[in-house]
Amino acid sequence: MDDFPPSTEAAPVTSHGHAESHGGHDDHGHEHHQLGFWRAYVFSTDHKVIGIQYMFGGLISLFFGFCLMLLMRWQLAFPNEALTWANASGHMGYQLDQILYHLGLSGVSPTIPVAIPPDPNHPPLLEMIFGKDQMPGGIMTPDFYNTLGAMHGTIMVFFGIVPLGFAAFGNYVMPLQIGAPDMAFPRLNMGSVILFYLSAVIMFLSFFVPGGAAKSGWTSYTPLATISDQPQLITPHFLELFNFLPVWVTTETPSYSGYLWNMHLFWWHQGTAFTWPMWLTGQSVWIIAMAFNITSSLLSSVNFITTIVQLRVKGMGWMRMPFFCWTQFVTAFLLLLAFPPLEAAAIMQLMDRLTGSSLFSPGGLVVSGQPLPGNGGGSPLLWQHLFWFLGHPEVYVLILPGLGIIAEVVANNSRKPLWGYNYMIYGLMVLGFLSMIVWAHHMYLTGMGTAVSAFFQFTTIIISVPTILILSSLIISLWGGSIRFTTPMLWATAFLPLFGIGGLTGIPLAFNAPDTFLHDSYYIIAHFHYVIAPGTMFALFAGIAYWYPKATGRVMNETLGHLHFWPTMILMNCIFFPMFLQGMAGMHRRMYDGGATYELLNQNVLHWNSFISESAWLMGLAQIPFIINFCFSWKYGRKVSDNPWEATTVEWSAPSPPPHGNFIGVPVVYRGAYEYSVPGHDKDFTPQTEPPTRTQPTPIPGPMPADERIIGLPHLS
Amino acid sequence: MEIPYTITARPDTGLTNGKLGVWLFLASEVMLFGALFTAYIFMRLGAEQGLWPDHIQDVRLGLCNTILLIISSITMVWAWVALKERKFNTYRLALAVTIFCGAAFLCVKGVEYHSKFVHYGFFIKEDAMEKYRPELDKMNAFYAAVPSQHAFEVRGHWENKADSAATAFVVHPDAKPGYLLDLSKKPEAKTAEEPVAGEGKGEEEITIAKDDVERWGNLLPAYGTYYAMYFTVTGLHALHIIGGLVVMLYFLGPGSALYRRNPEQLTNRIEVTGIFWHFVDLVWITVFPILYLT
Repeated sequence: MDDFPPSTEAAPVTSHGHAESHGGHDDHGHEHHQLGFWRAYVFSTDHKVIGIQYMFGGLISLFFGFCLMLLMRWQLAFPNEALTWANASGHMGYQLDQILYHLGLSGVSPTIPVAIPPDPNHPPLLEMIFGKDQMPGGIMTPDFYNTLGAMHGTIMVFFGIVPLGFAAFGNYVMPLQIGAPDMAFPRLNMGSVILFYLSAVIMFLSFFVPGGAAKSGWTSYTPLATISDQPQLITPHFLELFNFLPVWVTTETPSYSGYLWNMHLFWWHQGTAFTWPMWLTGQSVWIIAMAFNITSSLLSSVNFITTIVQLRVKGMGWMRMPFFCWTQFVTAFLLLLAFPPLEAAAIMQLMDRLTGSSLFSPGGLVVSGQPLPGNGGGSPLLWQHLFWFLGHPEVYVLILPGLGIIAEVVANNSRKPLWGYNYMIYGLMVLGFLSMIVWAHHMYLTGMGTAVSAFFQFTTIIISVPTILILSSLIISLWGGSIRFTTPMLWATAFLPLFGIGGLTGIPLAFNAPDTFLHDSYYIIAHFHYVIAPGTMFALFAGIAYWYPKATGRVMNETLGHLHFWPTMILMNCIFFPMFLQGMAGMHRRMYDGGATYELLNQNVLHWNSFISESAWLMGLAQIPFIINFCFSWKYGRKVSDNPWEATTVEWSAPSPPPHGNFIGVPVVYRGAYEYSVPGHDKDFTPQTEPPTRTQPTPIPGPMPADERIIGLPHLS
Repeated sequence: MEIPYTITARPDTGLTNGKLGVWLFLASEVMLFGALFTAYIFMRLGAEQGLWPDHIQDVRLGLCNTILLIISSITMVWAWVALKERKFNTYRLALAVTIFCGAAFLCVKGVEYHSKFVHYGFFIKEDAMEKYRPELDKMNAFYAAVPSQHAFEVRGHWENKADSAATAFVVHPDAKPGYLLDLSKKPEAKTAEEPVAGEGKGEEEITIAKDDVERWGNLLPAYGTYYAMYFTVTGLHALHIIGGLVVMLYFLGPGSALYRRNPEQLTNRIEVTGIFWHFVDLVWITVFPILYLT
């Protein structure tokens, strides 16, 4: 029945296949307007819409995770006080009075306010939101404190920073920078963003399952994570509505006489109560949400790498790609290769929780006088290995896109080419490779053995070399530039020293001996927050301000940008710098009362707790100008041209905002990414897409292989 | 707007987008299964004495599955070649055979899982073991000491499972070295005097008092770490098989309509599916020795 397509030859192959397929661009560009609301904004396959979707999802997660931390800071500053308006305003008034007293404006020394106990008749707002089990009368339970800690970490890392730095900016900017019409797999891209939103919704809803959300830290160390959040008896009134339904009846199944594994996979009656099934308890939901998140990241990283390899326009050789694209490329590889082991580990932990196996639990554990279920034979160390095999590359997944954004902003605003562009890229590749073999420096305290520790000390110290190379190149790039202090540049200049603090304070942690003391102290908290909060997040703010005109055609307000930047920069240091002091004094990071129990040991640093907390709350207020700026500039910002920053990279040659298909015609790249202040040119920037203006015949980039030969030359024109 | 290089390869990379994408995806799959295999090695090296069973699987079922998957890989290539030659009917036949082999694989896997569900293991307390040891020896039944749990493990068919009031287990124990199914080959006797293992199977039973048993259970993940790894690895692999089957069923049915519009694109898609399918095959070829042949 070979009646239809009789041809035996392949579809027509043309050497300019991509150019021809671009030809119809203008016709197709208008399809965009015919799409309905759902196809255009919700289930869109356009990389720009998807980037903005990630942007919103990431910013909301970031805000949510920040709020969790603000709640925790209350407990740390004022342990076991009810978080009510009366108490909060009392403390606020006290601080204001104190400032007035010290300024000499008030003669009376204020007295520390006495905590007002909660009124059982009027439950505070937080009790109504999180329930009696978690915040009775507004006082945080230890379990809920742990929940907040675990969820803050998880949400910030997996639902805030990665979706922003990698997915949002990567999706929006990267295809534009390489001149592609879209991502290589647009529908897969839509799948990624749907999976991401699904995982975020599941994760956020886990606060409201009986027993609360996951509470074993963002690292979910076993066996703690295996035994936490057991099924429990609940009396949910709404479930009584379903009493007419047939219910799952357990029959007596053979089980171990020594101990019973309480694995209820389904609801069933016990009188008027139901057991909440194991697979819907906090930690299990955490795993399920993470599985969706990991899948989303994996699909995205496949898409990113394919796009960068396949869809670079003519003339865009590897060494002409903007540094930002390089960071996305390396980041995508890290996600691609490091995330699956965590997925495997998550599956195994889910097995432990749902089937009662003990892959991660050794035998003979006793908790609260009860022998732990399971047959033993597992290894908690295995979980740590699998987790940190992701966990450490994940650190670079968080920071590399930030470095990329900063490189773009620095080059653009110092009006100079990036110093050492080639070496930055080589450094980046070395960094990517090394980040896969340093993971066990998170595990020095586990007693892996000195030989293993020695290996990981060695690699950890080596990895600081490419990091410092990149950071130094960025700093030297400023040298002799005519710097424009735009809002993005403010963030970038603050990024360099603050990220430097974060990086350099990591070096003592790389060594076994100091790490033994500093591990799990506030020093660690300060160290990695300096890397991620004033590091990556400053870069993200820089990136938002930098590419905002591209996405909207309008620029963000400079005054509001300054109002956002200065308080944030100062308060960020007020929050995290004292933590170094607390950590070096030996304060443990996971104490639920902020170390008050061990007051004798911590007395010299304990007073910083309230200072840090108040700085954090003020920093929350300092984000208001940003939110206003972000929302209102969309509609009311000053309209600007397609290239308001006078930048060189390809995305600025597209209209703002770029239409479906991105470019008018097909861009062709003639030069490297950062041709700023080229001598002999009438303006201080030469876009990559600008054809050479020499009179003598210039090699117009021909087919790819020929082009690859000349891209090694740093200055073509 | 059209994405370039979906059908024709990019000249300088020599790849279509789909092909590069699936190879990258497989790289991540390698890391996924690699992590599980690493975990397997980790567990096995750290296993306490007596808690890591060997030769528990029926090799013949595993071998049968291996052959099924290899055949399916061959027919997958056949399907792709047929499409390249624009022989649509041959393509459909080859793809159908591939799907059949995949489905048969899952059926065999189901038989194997079922044999675990109905098979039981009993940990007899160390001090009670002497009561049963002579009888077990006489039957040449398998038992293994588990010093860390002060118990001896015996596996077998639990004959009086339905009788919930019974105070003893009536067990039909496995022969050394503990093959699960009676189909299995009887191991060679070591010396001429020693009776052949498994001799008298089917007739002999042993009665073990419930009080003498530390714990018991069917061979589910909760029973032991080996079983947990077994179900995790093979379960995940079976999910991959199911995923592949869904994709192939699509290309056998609605997806094959693409042949009318753009046969080359369908050929590319089948090639990409095939690359994935070969990988699933390859994973099995790793699983087979580490779970069945040891």
